[in-house]
Amino acid sequence: MSEKPLITAQNLSVHYALRGGLIGPKPFVRAVENVSLDIAPGSFFGLVGESGSGKTTLGRAMLRAAPISKGDVLFDDGDVAYSLKELGKQELKDYRKRAQLIFQDPYAALSPRMTVRDIIAEPLEVMGLTKSRAETDERVREIAEKCRLNVEHLRRFPHAFSGGQRQRISIARALVSAPKFIVADESVAALDVSIQADVLNLLKAIQEDMGLTFLFISHDLSVVAHVCDHVAVMYLGRLVETAPTRTLFSAPRHPYTKALLSAIPSLDPDDRGKAQKLDGEIPSPTNPPPGCKFQTRCPMAIDRCRVEEPILESAGVEHNVACHRWKELAN
Amino acid sequence: MSRLIDVEHLTLQFDTDEGRITAVDDVSFSLEAGEVMGLVGESGSGKSVTAKSLMKLNPRNAVYGPDTKITLHLDDGPVDVMSLQNDREMKVVRGGAISLIFQEPMASFAPAISIGDQMVEQLMIHTDFNKAQSKELSIEMLDRVGISDPSTRFGQYAFELSGGMRQRAMIAMALSTKPKLLIADEPTTALDVTIQAQVIDLMKDLVAEFGMGIIFITHDLGVIAQTADKVAVMYLGKLVEQGTVRDVIRKPAHPYTRGLIAALPTLDDIDAPLTPIPGDIPSPLERPPGCVYNTRCQEVIGPRCSAQVPAFSEVQPGHAAACHLYDPAEGSA
Repeated sequence: MSEKPLITAQNLSVHYALRGGLIGPKPFVRAVENVSLDIAPGSFFGLVGESGSGKTTLGRAMLRAAPISKGDVLFDDGDVAYSLKELGKQELKDYRKRAQLIFQDPYAALSPRMTVRDIIAEPLEVMGLTKSRAETDERVREIAEKCRLNVEHLRRFPHAFSGGQRQRISIARALVSAPKFIVADESVAALDVSIQADVLNLLKAIQEDMGLTFLFISHDLSVVAHVCDHVAVMYLGRLVETAPTRTLFSAPRHPYTKALLSAIPSLDPDDRGKAQKLDGEIPSPTNPPPGCKFQTRCPMAIDRCRVEEPILESAGVEHNVACHRWKELAN
Repeated sequence: MSRLIDVEHLTLQFDTDEGRITAVDDVSFSLEAGEVMGLVGESGSGKSVTAKSLMKLNPRNAVYGPDTKITLHLDDGPVDVMSLQNDREMKVVRGGAISLIFQEPMASFAPAISIGDQMVEQLMIHTDFNKAQSKELSIEMLDRVGISDPSTRFGQYAFELSGGMRQRAMIAMALSTKPKLLIADEPTTALDVTIQAQVIDLMKDLVAEFGMGIIFITHDLGVIAQTADKVAVMYLGKLVEQGTVRDVIRKPAHPYTRGLIAALPTLDDIDAPLTPIPGDIPSPLERPPGCVYNTRCQEVIGPRCSAQVPAFSEVQPGHAAACHLYDPAEGSA
């Protein structure tokens, strides 16, 4: 990436303390371990992995909503440059305007006692971004139209809306403070297929229109393939592969990425049984295996994988992979 | 193959504070032994309610239509499910001839009773086995569904198992009574793709081994393509298309099925734009007149679509759609 990244994770680790024994050091979970990642401005960056891979925690750390234990996250949008680890109270408040989150469940994310107008206006009021009620109303109306919400509906309560409409309300709320960086955590996972495509198209249109940068967290690789320009794959708190979308889907290098792609049920009934199956489950992050974290399920694991943890190395243009054997397996 | 179940004119309404809601509207289908039927639809389409009706497992405010007829063909002769009145009579069906697997296995196991005790309890209710035999069979079934160290797992509680393990245990429990019909309600939706692939494989092996019929409820057409023999598509309580899995997925006849397939992101062409179905699914309180899909349909052919409920027409042998496009009367109109 020649362009200066908007947000950078530098050897970022997020550790959570566990309730421990009385003696010895307190045990902790390495939810995210030594992750380095650049996201260019205007990018739609996908983050994929199974549950327990740490993708949500990484997204939250980039919003300073999870503790940064080691390393740092750097944010630079041209106006301000922040080191998220060092953020003061006033700076953190300012960062909240610039970085926002869209949640997964549009039913749980909206207060049932607030009108749609109040839900969307709340960030403006809390952050003191507007001077008068008239100005707030103007901003709310503007953003509601962008999110294809009927302005007449602003006086209603969320229960009157379907899942797709609610998710558009959540999106409007996230966008109203004119942020630069948005973390969308499984934002279409709760939606029906026929509605999901509509919300994805809306996110793409808004991103281009407002020049936003997205971190799009999802377990659904087919969705990621369609909307993202770059993808990072996580496993047990580590990045195992990052690449431009086209490269990742046409020439995946990590055995885990290959297995994930192959596990997606094909729409072709005659493809049955062709999938390359992965045995076992993702290990608990409280007790990760030694060496490569994927070695317990990897069909390609050799002795080296069980003792030495691979680091990300270049496998092509903007393509990085953490596997001891990617080169020999590529041919 | 022999006929396992016939569902004719299943209609189900719920009495609520806001009025009577139609959840299932005149649905008919049948299933042979050893056959896997995929029941596809989005939320609110009535697919789960339909499946639960087969064992009359719906809340007290449910009202079945007078023409509803569900016949289960067992070894001892046919059973008219609608005529079964109390829990004692229902035992033949619930947990006996029909087993049910839910989407969220954490919610289906009692949290304070061990997995093993729950398996033994249902075996002692539904079979003649004594406690020791029940335990032996339960451990054997846990082993059969690929749970390692089954005798230890037998004594554990649901929270001690991972999501994939819990769903396997659920399947083991559902199959231990040797049901004729297994209803699997979104059994893989809460699982990661890699675990989903394992569970799908397991279910296919078990059908081959036990020869039971399966009704597989899901919103995921990919899962259907990989598991089902035939497919029934539902929208707002109505069955809109039925056929073999190949016909329905390759040559979808109903505009809704076509829209559903077009809206699906696939890996074959990642540059293809995503095509949503316009509009939202209407509330069941405001079911559109005529064809229930007419408010979102891209292929409306005339005022008929919003006035007259389309009947099923055969598109080709074994493949039918409820759409005025295929209505023979349309030629003269």
